[in-house]
Amino acid sequence: MRVVIVDYGSGNLRSAAKAVERAASEANLDIDLHVTADTERVAAADRLILPGVGAFADCRRGLETEVDMIEGLQEAVEQRGVPFLGICVGMQLMADRGLEHEVAAGFGWIHGDVTRIEPADPTLKIPHMGWNTLDVIADHPVLEGIPTGPDGWHAYFVHSYHLAVADRADLIATSDYSGPVTAIVGRNNVVGTQFHPEKSEKLGIALLANFLKWNP
Amino acid sequence: MLKTRIIPCLDVHEGRVVKGVQFVDLVDAGDPVEAAIAYDAAGADELCFLDITASHEERSILLDVVRRTAEVCFMPVTVGGGVRTNDDIRQLLLAGADKVSINTAAVHDRDFVRRAAEKFGSQCIVVAIDAKRVSREGEPDRWEVFTHGGRRSAGLDAIEYAREVEALGAGEILLTSMDRDGTKDGYDIALVKAVSDALTIPVIASGGVGDLDHLVDGVRDGHASAVLAASIFHFGTHSIREAKEHMAAAGIPMRLT
Repeated sequence: MRVVIVDYGSGNLRSAAKAVERAASEANLDIDLHVTADTERVAAADRLILPGVGAFADCRRGLETEVDMIEGLQEAVEQRGVPFLGICVGMQLMADRGLEHEVAAGFGWIHGDVTRIEPADPTLKIPHMGWNTLDVIADHPVLEGIPTGPDGWHAYFVHSYHLAVADRADLIATSDYSGPVTAIVGRNNVVGTQFHPEKSEKLGIALLANFLKWNP
Repeated sequence: MLKTRIIPCLDVHEGRVVKGVQFVDLVDAGDPVEAAIAYDAAGADELCFLDITASHEERSILLDVVRRTAEVCFMPVTVGGGVRTNDDIRQLLLAGADKVSINTAAVHDRDFVRRAAEKFGSQCIVVAIDAKRVSREGEPDRWEVFTHGGRRSAGLDAIEYAREVEALGAGEILLTSMDRDGTKDGYDIALVKAVSDALTIPVIASGGVGDLDHLVDGVRDGHASAVLAASIFHFGTHSIREAKEHMAAAGIPMRLT
């Protein structure tokens, strides 16, 4: 299985690569992992992972800087149906638009905008930073075997914006931060996590293994 | 529900943990990577490496420590000490750090915080503030920012400075009381509360932890989002698990699973 982590200059991808390797080894999966901006690799990928840190528009520009990358991802995801995982801003890029600092276009795979989180309790800190549990809205294969709910496992978040889905059917899980914050979205062959699986210990490794095994 | 974080801090000098770390089953207690693995297994919520060497030649040793840690620990790691330029930050992030902590360089060049946050995102920029009480007995509380291990005042009001770096793009504040650091008398709660309440970004309380109640105080009374401690964990006085259970029993939401 050829797994590609798209490297477009957004943050450190070493942890993501190490976590995917660990997940594959724990699940006894033989993978061929590439951390790359090479569109030929993207075109040949069996699984695609798009990370992202920083601001939405900066990440969008980063992707645009890589020649043919956006078209390559669209072709793989939309035409070939390659399973795709977006992480943090990589997940936010799956939306129609990002509204952080400026309006920027996303892939439009999950309808909705990326908006600032507004906890009902105004004393809560922004960014939402740290470990939180997941409340499942709709079952999804990437959550297979992962304890969820208030007594479940934890995921590591660090973000000030989230994907406000237009179609609730795309919402897989939320986290409670004085109101629901979008944690996982999914539709057809795309799935995205607002939290960082590569920093989420056992939950993250289990989710990455599930993603590698997923055949949408 | 978001949980309160416990962050053990490891002081690293020439690639070795100083202040000692006492874990019964460590092969090499001076190896920061071994210590990181032990804290990871013990349930630490994040890790902090503070490079107290911070000389140019020894930077590569620290980068190697970060690199090896990132290969085995799937939790957030913050690295501080001698971070002066965007290139320093880039190297640490590429090695596998998730956040970097900027201290003196931000005091001398406030704009560095803005440049760093613009380049790498606020989520990875922690500004470390060493604060010391300058008000006298009977006067309203006032703290100033200090550098050089608490020996030199930068002539800046700590709360105003914290507000300023927040506006410049800091994602989090690591707040150390230089009056309390190393005393085991507990955090300077008035300081932690004054800074936490003045900001919208999370504040990590640091300096002075001597027992588990101090951790509770930092969150309950100081309104800190996370607590950092070194010696109570390193010397095996308390385990991370004990600390978490103690805090949970006091009604603070903790990650126990």
